[in-house]
Amino acid sequence: MTIALSGTELGKRLAEKFPGSIVESIPDCLLVNPSLLPEVAGFLKDIPDLDFNYLNYITSVDYYEYFEVIYRLTSTKYNHSIVLKARCYDRENPVLPSVTELWQGANFQEREIYDLMGIRFEGHPNLKRLLLWDGFAGHPLRKDYL
Amino acid sequence: MEVVPDYIYPDREIDRAEGQVINDLKANSQPVIPDSDAWLDAELKQNILLTSVDTMIDWAQRSSLWTAICFPACCAFEFIAANGPRFDLSRFGMEILRASPRQADLMITAGTLTWKMAPNVKRIYEQMAEPKWVIAMGACAISGGIFASGYNVVPGYNHIIPVDVYVPGCPPRPEGLIYGIQMLQKKIAKKSLFHKEKA
Repeated sequence: MTIALSGTELGKRLAEKFPGSIVESIPDCLLVNPSLLPEVAGFLKDIPDLDFNYLNYITSVDYYEYFEVIYRLTSTKYNHSIVLKARCYDRENPVLPSVTELWQGANFQEREIYDLMGIRFEGHPNLKRLLLWDGFAGHPLRKDYL
Repeated sequence: MEVVPDYIYPDREIDRAEGQVINDLKANSQPVIPDSDAWLDAELKQNILLTSVDTMIDWAQRSSLWTAICFPACCAFEFIAANGPRFDLSRFGMEILRASPRQADLMITAGTLTWKMAPNVKRIYEQMAEPKWVIAMGACAISGGIFASGYNVVPGYNHIIPVDVYVPGCPPRPEGLIYGIQMLQKKIAKKSLFHKEKA
């Protein structure tokens, strides 16, 4: 079975490596500063003793005050996993850095989040609507969509 | 002829018997057996059936409804069940599914239609050759069903294409679908080649 790594321990290590990158670290997940997300994600992917080479999924939640984007990473070598979260407080123009450069599987999932939640992913190679058609008004998975 | 030792061909007796059978059959099969149904020719010449062109065409069309494969969602499984051996749609002469809409004349719209899929369904309908009919199968096909208030659901196929028969249910049971097809057959039976619709 996949071992869920402790967010507190990993958070301590990441905070030393990238000061200011970890907003909050609890055992279940790491809350990452969005501006340092590519560095943190790249570190988690490339460092040999963690080796998070697989992105299980990206998903997003609308909490009214902010949008939260959730990344679940797994290492197929060590069979352990970690959950990263990043928050956007700007409701009008939420922007997060893309992780498509690191994990190609993020491509369509970021497009889906852009389509349904309206979060733009900077650095995405082909950020356009995935499920809905071009010209659709609004982002239907937002809580204020009617 | 070279004498072959017996121990090489121990089944020579069998060969001889087999050859005997073939020779006997050949000897006894020289005259041609006459066609036992030759009398039909004379009988058929006396049989003339009179009917109207409409009746013939309607009969042919309603008895060979071929369905285009266009099943966007879960009602397709009830359709598959109706096609299967238990409910056996082929009793009514329309079990054939056509992958090409150009060979089909019936579209059974089994399932929810989203606006993104709608142009493709409309194109499939337009590719079908006249005459063609549409059965709206299930609540989603009739009115959008439980998804009618969704942001991307077509509230009924009749917004996209003309529908002939509506089969309610979520999903309709195979019996319901078969009944709907029979209703369509009754509708086709009333159609006249020379009567143009006012539409």
